[in-house]
Amino acid sequence: MKLLLKGGRVIDPSQGVDAVADILIEDGKISRIEQGISPSKPQSKDVPRVIDLKGKIVAPGLIDMHTHLREPGFEYKETILTGSEAAVAGGFTTIACMANTDPVNDNRSVTEFILKQARLASMAHVYPIAAISKGQNGKVLTEFGDLKSAGAVAFSDDGNPVVDSGLMRHALEYAYSFDMPVISHCEDPGLSAGGLMHEGFVSTQLGLPGIPAIAEEIMVARDIDLARFTGTRVHISHVSTAGSVRAVREAKSGGVDVTAETAPHYFTLTDEALRGFSTNCKMYPPLRGADDVQAIKEGLSDGTIDAIASDHAPHSSVEKDVEFAYAANGIIGMETSLSLSLKLVHDGILTMPQLIETMSTNPARILKVPKGSLKPGSDADITVIDPDAKWTVDTGVFRSKSRNCPFHGWNLVGKAVMTIVDGEIKYTVPGVKA
Amino acid sequence: MTQGLITRARICAGGRSTPARRVEDTMSLSRKDMLGIRDLSREEIVLILDTAESFKEISDRTIKKVPTLRGKTVITLFFEASTRTRTSFEIAAKRLSADTINISASASSVVKGETLIDTARNLESMHPDIIVIRHSAAGAAHILAGLLEQSIINAGDGAHEHPTQALLDMLTIREKKGKIEGLRVAIVGDIAHSRVARSNIYGLTKMGAQVVVCGPAMMIPRDIERMGVTVRRTMNDAIRDADVVMMLRMQLERQQENLFPSLREYAQQFSLNRDNIKRAKDDVIVMHPGPINRGVEITPEIADGPHSVILEQVTNGVAVRMALLYLLSGGSK
Amino acid sequence: MEKKKVVMDAEGIERSLTRMAHEILERNKGTDNLIIIGIRKGGVSLGERLCEKISAIEGTEVMSGSLDITLHRDDVLTTGKRPPIGKTYIPFPLDHKKVVLVDDVLFTGRTIRAAMDALMDFGRPERIQLAVLIDRGHRELPIRADFIGGTLPSSLWENISVNMTDDRSMDEVVIEEG
Repeated sequence: MKLLLKGGRVIDPSQGVDAVADILIEDGKISRIEQGISPSKPQSKDVPRVIDLKGKIVAPGLIDMHTHLREPGFEYKETILTGSEAAVAGGFTTIACMANTDPVNDNRSVTEFILKQARLASMAHVYPIAAISKGQNGKVLTEFGDLKSAGAVAFSDDGNPVVDSGLMRHALEYAYSFDMPVISHCEDPGLSAGGLMHEGFVSTQLGLPGIPAIAEEIMVARDIDLARFTGTRVHISHVSTAGSVRAVREAKSGGVDVTAETAPHYFTLTDEALRGFSTNCKMYPPLRGADDVQAIKEGLSDGTIDAIASDHAPHSSVEKDVEFAYAANGIIGMETSLSLSLKLVHDGILTMPQLIETMSTNPARILKVPKGSLKPGSDADITVIDPDAKWTVDTGVFRSKSRNCPFHGWNLVGKAVMTIVDGEIKYTVPGVKA
Repeated sequence: MTQGLITRARICAGGRSTPARRVEDTMSLSRKDMLGIRDLSREEIVLILDTAESFKEISDRTIKKVPTLRGKTVITLFFEASTRTRTSFEIAAKRLSADTINISASASSVVKGETLIDTARNLESMHPDIIVIRHSAAGAAHILAGLLEQSIINAGDGAHEHPTQALLDMLTIREKKGKIEGLRVAIVGDIAHSRVARSNIYGLTKMGAQVVVCGPAMMIPRDIERMGVTVRRTMNDAIRDADVVMMLRMQLERQQENLFPSLREYAQQFSLNRDNIKRAKDDVIVMHPGPINRGVEITPEIADGPHSVILEQVTNGVAVRMALLYLLSGGSK
Repeated sequence: MEKKKVVMDAEGIERSLTRMAHEILERNKGTDNLIIIGIRKGGVSLGERLCEKISAIEGTEVMSGSLDITLHRDDVLTTGKRPPIGKTYIPFPLDHKKVVLVDDVLFTGRTIRAAMDALMDFGRPERIQLAVLIDRGHRELPIRADFIGGTLPSSLWENISVNMTDDRSMDEVVIEEG
């Protein structure tokens, strides 16, 4: 099928493009980006379908590099099918899914299973992230080489920290030899033990045990030092504290190959949101204080934080409609991530091209996948954004199986209105002519 | 904040069903639930204390009963063991002629089996009027309050709040000292894990007392000065010139992390004894929410001595709980 | 407050109380085992005045007490408002005692019903009598007074209040449109 996307503002940081242009898609690839492409050309046999995108932004398909799809093992919370549907509804053409499934993705068969399910779902591209250690138990490395050839794009024990520094060192060295990223969940369990929310004035008032900022920062510092010492690279997931941002910034200026991501809730909510004991505000790392939120925004603005990733963590009512202390950590995020991030553009913290870097260009670079670009010849993965669309979050209509979202009822501005994967339209919002 | 309180001088119109009384000052707690002291205004606290005082006299009568809550059902739903608090609520309800039902659910049975929400919904179907809940998880009372029509009284949720304890403590202080404002109150113990400390801090600061907290450094929560208290590191500093010393129970069950090396060390550093009590004012009163660990946080001679008002606290506990059951029952809210 | 009319002034109240004191003594043949209990709030100061008069006439002290009936009212929980609970002072068991309940205005009778209920928890009186300054009719329960200062037919839309103050020359009973 041929698609002609006309008149949108094409923003592709990978090519330094930010201009109104047309995009012609043929055979699932981007064929041309130019101004004034006419729908009918003398040589072409079939007429492309024309879509008028005047006033919209046309971006390389967004990539959510941190999601939990729960399959295999927890299909009642989410499946690869529902997760990839949620992805395209949120504007994502590619997602990476973490390994804390059941069984854990620490071997070829699970990786291949995930890829197969993703192919069957035929929605967003799904890249499996395999575990660093067998069973994610932090003791023995998994078969990095075999997993890479099975199709894993990175290694992470996310859900758990790698507590043993010796093991983490070996993981960084071994992964580097395969040119594979290691994504680190930074948490010192001794400091976070028993904690239910950020340790600060709010936790003191609520009588909830706290997770101090240093529980994250100590491990961030460790991982940066390990990367520096071994001459390898590390990616820090879900950065939430001012101290972590500072550490990454210093490390980068010192030449360490470290990258970092944060999730939208860390620049949208603070620990004040927990006063009502809402379990939809309970996740790890926890929501932090106002100073941390400010630091996260600055980190995004000056490029210290490379990527925005939702850490989409579906849980059902069984895990969430319970006493706060017993509730599972995590919130879904793919269907609100872009809109919450667009607020950074509306508030002048990021420009639109910068936002697209954090949500497409950089995730592709970090995961080393051939995505995040509209260069002719690339896969036609495209996200169309209406930056001014007003909408109200209604979790009742979410594609995700789960509803654990703190933003229900919020009025947001900006939304993905069309998601194209391999040249096929996988999602449109009513009102956009398709 | 007068949100919780309606004061109205009402002239009885001599209508059909109201006895002809003259101008009546009527006050009420305009709230459905009693979840914590943090939500209460100073006026509401005073109302509860005044009402509790009126109820004290009933416990001195031969027939310790008034028919006020006759036919009402009060359910105590305790997920944490507690004979003392539950008995106090039960006595309070029965003295008001209410029917009481005690349900002890262990927290682990909830985790393994029926959820809190299912338990609550089942209770609701029995049409109780008031539910008193104690739970080891902070926020448990809030869940019920949001879900159920009934009035919910928080009898302690995790380390968060224990409002009836703070109210009875304030009643005791007011009784013994004539006032709360301006008094120097020292709260000593595992502040971080203590809902008694939290509720008392909220209440005493609202009522104008100067509150000092003291305990082992790792048990003083972060930023607690922002709650309006002063932190002192040693007993000697904390209880100097104190009008009231409130000793907290050394919480062995809520400390998962083995925070403190030994009870012996705790007693040496933080117990109240005949020597350090001299630093407080001569007429200092000594309080404890109970149950006492004799020899740990408080020596036997102090517990049984002339400064101790621990038993009065228990008496006042019944009165305060009667007052709350009365103020929260029935009627348009 | 419209159309306020004084129906009994300080002197009238004085005279009624004197007569009632005599009647109480006559009916009870003296002050043996006699207790005057004033119902809060209106009956308390009246009860005190009756005690004074009785003591003056007989030359002996007569036992007295006060009773707050808020918790025994039949409407105590039906509205969100709670009248403040006053003091109940009955420091002796009522077994074998002759109780004279005192209230300012007898109206529907529900206050007296509540008072009798409350009294029963303090023992088993030999008899309970009722003294009121004003009986305004409109009974809803079968209650009647033994000693009455004055009868005052009234309509339901009217308010009758007995105002007793420290300055006794200002005592008055007024009726006004409600």
